[in-house]
Amino acid sequence: MFDLDNINEIWQTIARNKTRSILTAFGVFWGIFILVILLACGNGFNNGLQSQIEGFATNSSFMIPTNTTVAYKGYQKDREWQLDMSDMEAIKKKIKGIDDLSPISSRWTYNGENNVFYGIKGGNFSMKGVLPNYNEIDRCKVLYGRFINEADIADARKVCVLGKKVYEDVIGTDKNPLGLMIKANGIYYQVVGVIEAYNSKVSIMGSVNETVVLPLTTMQVAYHTGNKFDFFMFTTASGYNTKGLQAEVKTLLRERHDIAPEDEGAFMCFDLEDVFTMFDYLFLGIKILIWIVGIGTLLSGVVGVSNIMLVTIKERTREIGVRRALGAKPSVIIRQVMAESLLLTILAGVVGLVIGVAIMAVVSGIVGNTPSEDMMFLDPQIGFGAAIVATIIIVLSGLLAGVLPATRAIQIKAIDAIREE
Amino acid sequence: MIKLNNINKTYFGAQPLHVLKGINLDVAEGELVSIMGASGSGKSTLLNILGILDNYDEGEYYLAGKLVKNLSENQAAEFRNKLIGFIFQSFNLIPFKTALENVALPLFYQGVNRKKRNMMAMEYLERFGLKDWADHYPNELSGGQKQRVSIARALVTSPKIILADEPTGALDSKTSAEVMQILREVNATGITMVIVTHERGIANLTRKIVHLKDGIIESIEENDPDKMDFTKEIK
Ligand SMILES: Nc1ncnc2c1ncn2[C@@H]1O[C@H](COP(=O)(O)OP(=O)(O)O)[C@@H](O)[C@H]1O
Ligand SMILES: [Mg+2]
Repeated sequence: MFDLDNINEIWQTIARNKTRSILTAFGVFWGIFILVILLACGNGFNNGLQSQIEGFATNSSFMIPTNTTVAYKGYQKDREWQLDMSDMEAIKKKIKGIDDLSPISSRWTYNGENNVFYGIKGGNFSMKGVLPNYNEIDRCKVLYGRFINEADIADARKVCVLGKKVYEDVIGTDKNPLGLMIKANGIYYQVVGVIEAYNSKVSIMGSVNETVVLPLTTMQVAYHTGNKFDFFMFTTASGYNTKGLQAEVKTLLRERHDIAPEDEGAFMCFDLEDVFTMFDYLFLGIKILIWIVGIGTLLSGVVGVSNIMLVTIKERTREIGVRRALGAKPSVIIRQVMAESLLLTILAGVVGLVIGVAIMAVVSGIVGNTPSEDMMFLDPQIGFGAAIVATIIIVLSGLLAGVLPATRAIQIKAIDAIREE
Repeated sequence: MIKLNNINKTYFGAQPLHVLKGINLDVAEGELVSIMGASGSGKSTLLNILGILDNYDEGEYYLAGKLVKNLSENQAAEFRNKLIGFIFQSFNLIPFKTALENVALPLFYQGVNRKKRNMMAMEYLERFGLKDWADHYPNELSGGQKQRVSIARALVTSPKIILADEPTGALDSKTSAEVMQILREVNATGITMVIVTHERGIANLTRKIVHLKDGIIESIEENDPDKMDFTKEIK
């Protein structure tokens, strides 16, 4: 279909009326261009948002005990209950499908007074007691030293890992923090590491950047809480269902703490999947909208091409008739009209695609060179897949635009041209 | 070459118009025939049927021994392309193609490659003294030149028969004489030729004059064109 002769033949008819061809093609160009820009912007916002929640295990759940809401087994409702380490053992033993189980204790600073000191320098920060696997869920970069380890837990060592901001405010970045003793809520701890959250936008009970992290056991000793702690997180093993695990964990905890089976209010339970799913739907919606708008714009371009080609065919009645008289078969005429439409559409579409991609590459470069914590717009480019899809759509549009003019063209008989009016 | 048996044709317009009412005609290979008649007598209708541009309602048409009836579009296209060369009053050259490209076009539809096509087309242009005009567009050519281009286009496929509908209708008398001279020379090479005209002077240059009137052949007149001095006034 596209040998040199045919291309020449087609090009002649397109080039014959340059202005009109360009105006016609502009609709398709614009359609593809808009589609590319919209898709790229959609991706930009998506990437921006993803970067905000990145670093947090997306399959993590949080379980926080709250007061019971149903009276049960002789207990009043509104009873306070607390988790302890035996709950963790029981969960590990009885429930399958949990990867990391991470109990946490935290202390907040209520009155805003400085509670963490190095020498005379101080700051107001929260405290968290954790196990080493905390780092599997709320991932942190270790800037100095190390994170809490098993030995710290086993011996309830009086060591701490400082959040980045704690280190900066209390010790100062001019000093190596390792081995220094800081005082937190009146107790001295030796600094063994400094960490920074991968992601400061998502945090559990305050960002680790502004937290003094202790071994959970150390914290339990310091605050005389025995083997109790405040809440826990867990991650779902692949192949298991997060919601199902949450239900199992709740059931087990209800049995162990004499909570009524129907008491949903005794837990605050949520997972990041909820949040992610919501965003996924949001972006799916945006994507669908973009495709609808883009394809709509493109379709009006296609209608334009089709329309102008219909006019052209009418004007070319005589020429087409002559071709028929000279022995052009209907299939040849169909092919020629379709090829004209295709060539016009593909040229316009590819130019639109290339310019759109080029512009967004420049925008992406500018955005990328403007680093910011709150960047909600990142790497606004269309993927290779979308580019392929766009190309396929261009070709389909070309064929679509050619159908009507081609049908009209083969209705022209040789006699129509030959008849002297 | 051509055999017509009781050809009937009716146009079904606002009211049916019975244009051809039983045409019987034989044209032998190599003959030079003209069809004469008043305007509206059905000459063009008859020629279009001969050229398989239009169909007929009744009768039989044999072209080169083959019955031409109810052909598919593809068959008709092939017949036209291989057997028939057309020459029109208004030339019907494609305006955005050069003389050479116009002449080469029928070969394009035969699938002849570009180089060979252009070579053959050039040969025919040369034969009609148009070598230097090969790259010109129709609007840069005179009427006589245009008609010579279209004759070249009709001949380039080496057809068995040339059908010409008022080939001199748009030309002045001097140019008409030149064109007729060319057509006679072409006929002399053995190509059958049917020329529609309403001008006696043109018909006088053919060997057989078919008089058409009210949809039937009124008479067939044998003629000796060599008795005519075709360089003189023919209109
Ligand atoms: N397509 C058509 N539809 C209806 N009537 C037609 C058509 N073509 C020709 N006619 C009529 O048929 C008659 C013969 O036309 P035509 O063959 O062109 O005559 P000629 O060429 O001898 O002048 C004319 O009266 C003309 O008006
Ligand atoms: Mg006529």
